[in-house]
Formats: sequence, structure tokens, C-alpha cells
Amino acid sequence: MTEARSYYGRPLLKGPVWEPDIAAYLFTGGLAGASATLAAAARRRGNDVLARRALMVALAGLIVSPPLLIRDLGRPARFHHMLRVLKVTSPMSVGTWVLSASGLATGVATGCEVLGVMPRLRTATETAAGALGPALATYTAVLIADTAVPAWHEARFELPFVFAASSAASAGAAAALVTPAASARPARRLCAMGALVELAATGVMERRLGEAGQPYSTGGNAVSRRLARGLTAAGALAMTLTGRRRPAAILGGLSVLAGAACLRWTVFAAGAHSVRDPAYAVGPQRARIERGESRGG
Amino acid sequence: MTAISGDPTIISHDIDVASHHPDGSPRAMGFFTDTSICIGCKACEVACKEWNLVPDDGLSFTGDSYDNTGSIGCNSWRHVAFIEQGRPVAVSDPEAGDGLRWLMSSDVCKHCAHAACLDVCPTGALFRTEFDTVVVQQDICNGCGYCVSACPFGVLDKRREDGRVWKCTLCYDRLRGDLEPACAQACPTKSIQFGPVDELLALARERVDTLHQRGVGDARLYGADRDNGVGGFGAFFLLLDQPEVYGLPPDPVVSTRRLGQMWGAAAAAAGALALGVAAAFLGERR
Ligand code: SF4
Ligand code: SF4
Repeated sequence: MTEARSYYGRPLLKGPVWEPDIAAYLFTGGLAGASATLAAAARRRGNDVLARRALMVALAGLIVSPPLLIRDLGRPARFHHMLRVLKVTSPMSVGTWVLSASGLATGVATGCEVLGVMPRLRTATETAAGALGPALATYTAVLIADTAVPAWHEARFELPFVFAASSAASAGAAAALVTPAASARPARRLCAMGALVELAATGVMERRLGEAGQPYSTGGNAVSRRLARGLTAAGALAMTLTGRRRPAAILGGLSVLAGAACLRWTVFAAGAHSVRDPAYAVGPQRARIERGESRGG
Repeated sequence: MTAISGDPTIISHDIDVASHHPDGSPRAMGFFTDTSICIGCKACEVACKEWNLVPDDGLSFTGDSYDNTGSIGCNSWRHVAFIEQGRPVAVSDPEAGDGLRWLMSSDVCKHCAHAACLDVCPTGALFRTEFDTVVVQQDICNGCGYCVSACPFGVLDKRREDGRVWKCTLCYDRLRGDLEPACAQACPTKSIQFGPVDELLALARERVDTLHQRGVGDARLYGADRDNGVGGFGAFFLLLDQPEVYGLPPDPVVSTRRLGQMWGAAAAAAGALALGVAAAFLGERR
């Protein structure tokens, strides 16, 4: 980063106090959201085999997510304080409600599906969960972008697309992993499309950010970023070319899922990294003043 | 330094520190921290800790001039910064002095008019008081940590042993009793001035003009513009160098100002995800 004046090189922002649980949630929440949408779409197209499995994946994602979030709170026993308000200015508040509603809808739908009862309730809740899915998969991008953390805030336009695509890739991969090949074609396609868009969107993001995007590829992130790209590309390729064979679908699926997890970690870690060096905060602000775009001191 | 300290605008300031109008209605209260007369005694840090029962944050020797506090944080709601610069003090006689300029500045929560911390708090623990200040309700905060990343000044901070976040309350309890905040009362030079925000703004503008007239061209107000990136600070400053030199962001912007943009991008991405899922089924037999 270019030379910026600072106070003994100390960070002028506080680093995100979130533990790696939150990085994990970025992955599980995205997987659950896109899987719920995949399940609803499969049902509409009469692919019950795929619908059932995608629904299970969504539920699994929604079961592990709340504990990850609650464990990260400073006062876990007060998690329900989130539910005393709905604030549209707080992406975390909006997300809490989206997550709660998704969890409820997916839980009911899965219950009906497994017990084979109340098909209409199942369809209704499955559809609701499917409609909420894209919101669940993308709100987390707004959650982290709506902060003073330079690497996240500066990437606010691309992060939702990166997260949406990565969620699609994970949902496709997970469904293809557990679904008989004959019914899994849409899942394989979703996986490939998602992977392609994810790679493109991260590329666009890094290019637009320039220097401000360095936290995404320096330090420990050099490795995780390369892993994310390599695993995603290789897995999606295997899925597309040879996904009709079970071993390939399993290996490809696992590879894409691992790639998505690495991507989420990279984004998460980039935030903390960009706070450690005050230049990431000062640089763009000073540039704004010099360009005459500051609104006043 | 006599040119600065002999200044009538400091000595004869006559600001009413009562936080209520005579009819009992609350007023918008704040701080004007005039760093040009700070002597670095840290009385503010101590008074704040005493009054607010802020735990100690360890004894450490940083080697950074006289600053062993380091930064504002959960256990330091005032933080005095010390900057040693190898240049003469800009007074009327530039030959005077020894070529060392020592800047000192007591930092604090800015009590932003448009506060990011307050916007993003998902529990409603952070709220705007009747005095236009920003305070955490400790019985509501669940330690989600969102405000910590949202504050553009690195003010909010999670106390690990406790789990919740803590910051300057602008002595909310004292204000309710028409008392001055502890730091302002303890400050021996009146570098920290407390009062109604509009009166303090007028005083600050007068002070910066005076300093300019006396040849202190470096003097500038920080956070006084009511339409800056956070809508103006309730606690603003007079600085003698660029804000980043004191560890302050030069052009802070509240992130929620761009929330519309962000939700817009997310809506587009969510739509694309739904379309992508639909596209995955193109050409499938029903
Ligand atoms: S300085 Fe930070 S903690 Fe204080 S009101 Fe502004 S955003 Fe909130
Ligand atoms: S840590 Fe406490 S005050 Fe801060 S956003 Fe979360 S609930 Fe609100």
C-alpha cells in the first residue's frame, strides 16, 4: 500500500472481533440458502429425488449455522436479544430474521417430506424456503460490506455476486454429491455455472479494487486464495466432464465445497488484514480529500 | 507558547454546562477538544476511569513518546495521543523554541450525528439519548461485535472477559444530573470543553480563527462540519496536523450511508442466483 501518515503505524480501526465461526457460517449459510432454492426448483420440475436431497442439505446447513453464530456472541445466553427488534439499517438484524424464517420453513418442509405427510404444507414451506434462499445466500455480503473494514466495504459491489455464485457452486456440488447421477444433472450444471461466475466475479473484484484489494491475496491469503480458485476450478471441471460417474461426482463435489470454504475464509481474513495496516483506511480517504470529493471535515 | 496560552477565548469562555434548558427539556450536548492547549497530563483518562469504573488495561511501555495507553478501547474511553515532530512550534516568533513540536490530543468517541454503530446494532442496545449522544445499554448488548467493525474510528471494543462492548457514554449519568462529564471537569487547561453543541461550535470557530490570526496556520477543526461523512461529530476537535497523524481517519464516512447501494447489489445478485438455479433445469424433462 502507498505511504500514508499514521500514528505510530497503529491501526485506526478495531479489527473484526469475529472468530472463525463466522467464516464457517458464511459458507454454511450460503450453502443452505442456495440448496433451498435448488430444492424448490427441482420439486417444480418434478425431480423429487433431487428435491429431497437438496432439501436435506439445506436443513443440514441451517442446523449447524445458528450454533456457529451464537457461539461467537460475547453473551451467548442473550442470543434472543436479536429478536427484540427488526432494524432495516442493520444487515445483521435483517439476516437474523431471514435465517430464522428459512430455518423454520426448511425444518417444516423436511419434516413433511421425511414423514410423507401434509404434501401441501410441504410444498408451501419448501417454496417459502426456496424464495428466501437467495436472500440468505447474499445478505452476508451486505453484512460484512456495511462496516468500516476497508477490504469489505470497498468490495461492496462485487461481494454479493461472489457470495451468490459461491453458494450456487456449493449447493450444486453438495446435491450432486448425494444424488444418484441420473437425477443430478441440474445440480452438476448449477455447480459448474456457480464456479464459473465465482471465478469471474472474484477476478473483477480484485481488478477493480487494485491496491485496496491486496488483503485478498497477501499474507496467509495467498495460499487460501489459490486453494479456493484451484479447488473450485478443478472440482467444477471434473463435475462437468465426468460427473455422471459417481466417483468423479464425489471427488468433484468435495473439491468444489472445499474451494468454497477456502474462498469464504479468504474474504473473512482479508477484512482483518486490511484493518491491521492503517494505510488501507487512510489511503482512500486521503485520496478522496485530494480529489475534492470529501464532504467536509 | 505564550501567544497561544494567553488567549482570551480560552480563559473567558463562559459556557453553560447544564444539560437541560430551564424548562427541563434536554439539550444536544458534546465536547470540543482543543488540542492546541492540551498538556498531556492524562487527567481525563484517569477521571474517566474513576467515574465510570473502567477496568485497568495493563501496564505497558510502548516507547511511543508519552503514550502508554496506545489507543482508545473498551478499557480506555479517553486516550491521550503524543506526537513528537522535529519542527519548530508555529508561533509568532519562529526563532523561539527548540525545533521540537509536541502534539497532544485527548481522543474520545465522536458521538456521531449519523452513527454507524447505532445503525448496525441488531439488538437495539446502542441508542441515541435525549442529549444526542450515543450510548450502549449494557443490559441489552449481547456482544455480537457488529458495532466494533462498523465504527469508522475504532472506538467500540469488546471486553473479552465480559463479552460486551464498552465505550464513552459522555457520562450519561452525570448529564442527567446536569453535571459536566468527568474528563471535562478534570481537564486543568480546558482543552476538553463540554457544553451545548451549537455553542461549542461557535467557540471552536472563533478559536481556530484566532489561532490563524496568530500565525498557527496548521490549526484546523475536525468533525465540526455538520454535513461531513458522519453528519458531524457531537465531540469534535481542533487539531494542529492532519487527522491521521493523531490516529484519526481523515475523511470518515458512515458505511450505512451506502446501504442502499449494497442492498441493491445484493438484490441483483440474489436475482441472478434464482435465475441461475432456474437455468440449471433448462431442457430437463418434467
Ligand atoms: S465514534 Fe464510533 S462508537 Fe462513537 S458514535 Fe461514532 S460510530 Fe459510534
Ligand atoms: S456488540 Fe452489543 S452494542 Fe454492539 S452491535 Fe452487538 S448488540 Fe449492539
